[in-house]
Amino acid sequence: MSDFVHDGWSFYIAIITVVSLLACAVLLKAMSTRKLAPGEKPGTTGHTWDEDLQEWHNPLPRWWMWLFYITIVFAFGYLILYPGLGAYPGYLKWSSQGQYQDEQQQAAATFGPIIDRFLKQDVTAVAANPEAREIGQRLFLNYCAQCHGSDAGGSRGYPSLRDGDWLHGGTPEAIRTTIIGGRNGVMPALGAALGGSEDVRDVVHHVLSLAGRTHDGLRAQRGKAKFATACVACHGADGKGNQQIGAPNLTDDVWLHGGTEAAITETIVKGRMNQMPAHKDFLDAGKIHLLTAYVLGLSGQPRP
Amino acid sequence: MQAQSTYNYTVVRQFAIMTVVWGIVGMLVGVLIAAQLIWPDLNLAPWLSYGRLRPLHTNAVIFAFGGSALFATSYYVVQRTCHARLFGGGLAAFTFWGWQAVIVLAAVTLPLGYTSSKEYAELEWPIDILITLVWVSYAVVFFGTVAKRKTPHIYVANWFFGAFILTVAVLHLVNSAAIPVSLTKSYSAYAGVQDAMVQWWYGHNAVGFFLTAGFLGMMYYFIPKQAGRPVYSYRLSVVHFWALIFTYMWAGPHHLHYTALPDWAQSIGMIFSLVLLAPSWGGMINGIMTLSGAWHKLRTDPILKFLVVSLSFYGMSTFEGPMMSIKTVNALSHYTDWTIGHVHSGALGWVGMVTIGSLYYLIPRLFGRTEMHSIKLVTLHFWVATIGIVLYIAAMWIAGVMQGLMWRAVNPDGTLTYAFVESVKATYPYYAVRLLGGVLYFSGMLIMAWNVYKTVVGQKAVDAQIPAAAGAHA
Repeated sequence: MSDFVHDGWSFYIAIITVVSLLACAVLLKAMSTRKLAPGEKPGTTGHTWDEDLQEWHNPLPRWWMWLFYITIVFAFGYLILYPGLGAYPGYLKWSSQGQYQDEQQQAAATFGPIIDRFLKQDVTAVAANPEAREIGQRLFLNYCAQCHGSDAGGSRGYPSLRDGDWLHGGTPEAIRTTIIGGRNGVMPALGAALGGSEDVRDVVHHVLSLAGRTHDGLRAQRGKAKFATACVACHGADGKGNQQIGAPNLTDDVWLHGGTEAAITETIVKGRMNQMPAHKDFLDAGKIHLLTAYVLGLSGQPRP
Repeated sequence: MQAQSTYNYTVVRQFAIMTVVWGIVGMLVGVLIAAQLIWPDLNLAPWLSYGRLRPLHTNAVIFAFGGSALFATSYYVVQRTCHARLFGGGLAAFTFWGWQAVIVLAAVTLPLGYTSSKEYAELEWPIDILITLVWVSYAVVFFGTVAKRKTPHIYVANWFFGAFILTVAVLHLVNSAAIPVSLTKSYSAYAGVQDAMVQWWYGHNAVGFFLTAGFLGMMYYFIPKQAGRPVYSYRLSVVHFWALIFTYMWAGPHHLHYTALPDWAQSIGMIFSLVLLAPSWGGMINGIMTLSGAWHKLRTDPILKFLVVSLSFYGMSTFEGPMMSIKTVNALSHYTDWTIGHVHSGALGWVGMVTIGSLYYLIPRLFGRTEMHSIKLVTLHFWVATIGIVLYIAAMWIAGVMQGLMWRAVNPDGTLTYAFVESVKATYPYYAVRLLGGVLYFSGMLIMAWNVYKTVVGQKAVDAQIPAAAGAHA
């Protein structure tokens, strides 16, 4: 369906709206002519259905009639003041876009100075400031906790922000970059590249051995060779990962998608797609600064 | 012929009994999903999950319970007020079996996850086609009966039933227009904001015509019948009928306040929703004032209690609706449980109560009796249901306003005072009260089922004689 951009549509809407409201008033006027003299009985319309169904010929209740008129008058008043009659913007020039912008500006004027005063300070200093941390936590609970958890402990597929293990780096600049632009974490599906399920299993046991988990030594040994061809490009020869491309460290026994044999097998065979959304479009520099400091301050804290 | 001298009560009986059955099914699903909101562990399997059962609940109570009630009462009323046997006996039977097939298909496909994703129009295109066939047959049967009436004038209840049948046909055809990609999947014929507008033009008129006009038709027959009094004002029926069916058409955009829908469309949706207040109240006044001179009957007659309380809830929710359509009020109420409370004051209070009252009048008469097996149980049902509704809507009002206020609360530093999950946590007690209200209302339906069983069992189905029209021949 295409847009209706011709001016004629504006008149079409305005006319049909005004005529419709007037039609309600005309109907009401035409039907409110009947009045009962004091003491006069209304009588019925003279029709009978189904043995005993009849209708009194009562006039319209006056209060109800006025209620109806008042809503129609209100409707016209509203259409004069606010947008409604096609392209006519209304006497007050109100628009929902305008209201949104006004409220944004008002909020920026009121709250901007409270937030932005921390911009002059270094991130580490802000991270140590209790007041800034409180604001940061409130921002975190509204923008980040949905995925990372209200204690920032993360869950399956969503990294913990307090374990000191960083996929894309834990420096203030790396954290800020992550918040602003978001991140894409991609592990390709390698099931076919590795060969059969036995080959995959060998690699899985090698990965288990890297993390110091219980594993089959023979399989791990066999898997090491395949790891060297299929995995090293991202995870490195020692399996310690590469923060430049978000490849996780496999030796620290911290698992984003689970560290059981089954979970690692699934990761290798099917691959993983992870996304952290970009926040630059709805968080300004001051809020991002506070959040960066808050996340930095979380790092390395044990779970409560 | 014997058959031509009596009314066709067979199809009325079928729909009337199924109304009770589907009421129980639909409300049971409602109780389950209300419980799931308190105990998420009750999402036991994908096909028992909230996201699939919620549309099953709405479809079952609106189209299975409400729909069967509308079929039953409209077929009964149109025959009795036209002094004519139902037009097209075979076609009427098709509407019953076709409609039941639609319901069963809905009960199978929705839990399996097949959905068009359009609210209150979730059923996929093959079922939509069956609905269309049933609905066109319904229109033929209904208007065919009106056409062969032996009474000079068309009774007011039939205006409302007629408007409901015609409009729902148009709504269904336009909103369900879709491009099928397989037997079980289709895409809407509209895109983006136009799709949203068509959806809510449909959605609000489903409320206006399926759940309002149709049930006003019910009200206009069963209240004067049960009260034994004439309808209060013929003129009022004329004005509020035309004004109601005309203005409802415009009200849909109030579901899309502060969205991508252009401001002018939002404004028009809002003002026509406000204008709708008087036409809606016209129906309430006409029903309640019909009791003037017969108020004492309310003390002893539980059927009248059902019917009059249904009008009170109708008046209340049609006041609340226009208020919620005002943009500034909507900014608080939208997306909160207040909307759920509003819908249920209409659905349980108005639609449910007027249906139950009408069925208590209707069912004994379809089986050669003058009243239900136990009037005491009807009274008990009334009180259980009324208390259930009050608990339900009060809980949702409080929860909704609380959510709206929590979501907009701001700290001195401009951050939001509450994370979303805190508002969810704060809602738990109200979800529990709502569940209790729902369980009570559901229990009322079980009482009704027992009473209906005792009324019907061992009775012979009786088809009433059509009165010989004075001076009518051939």
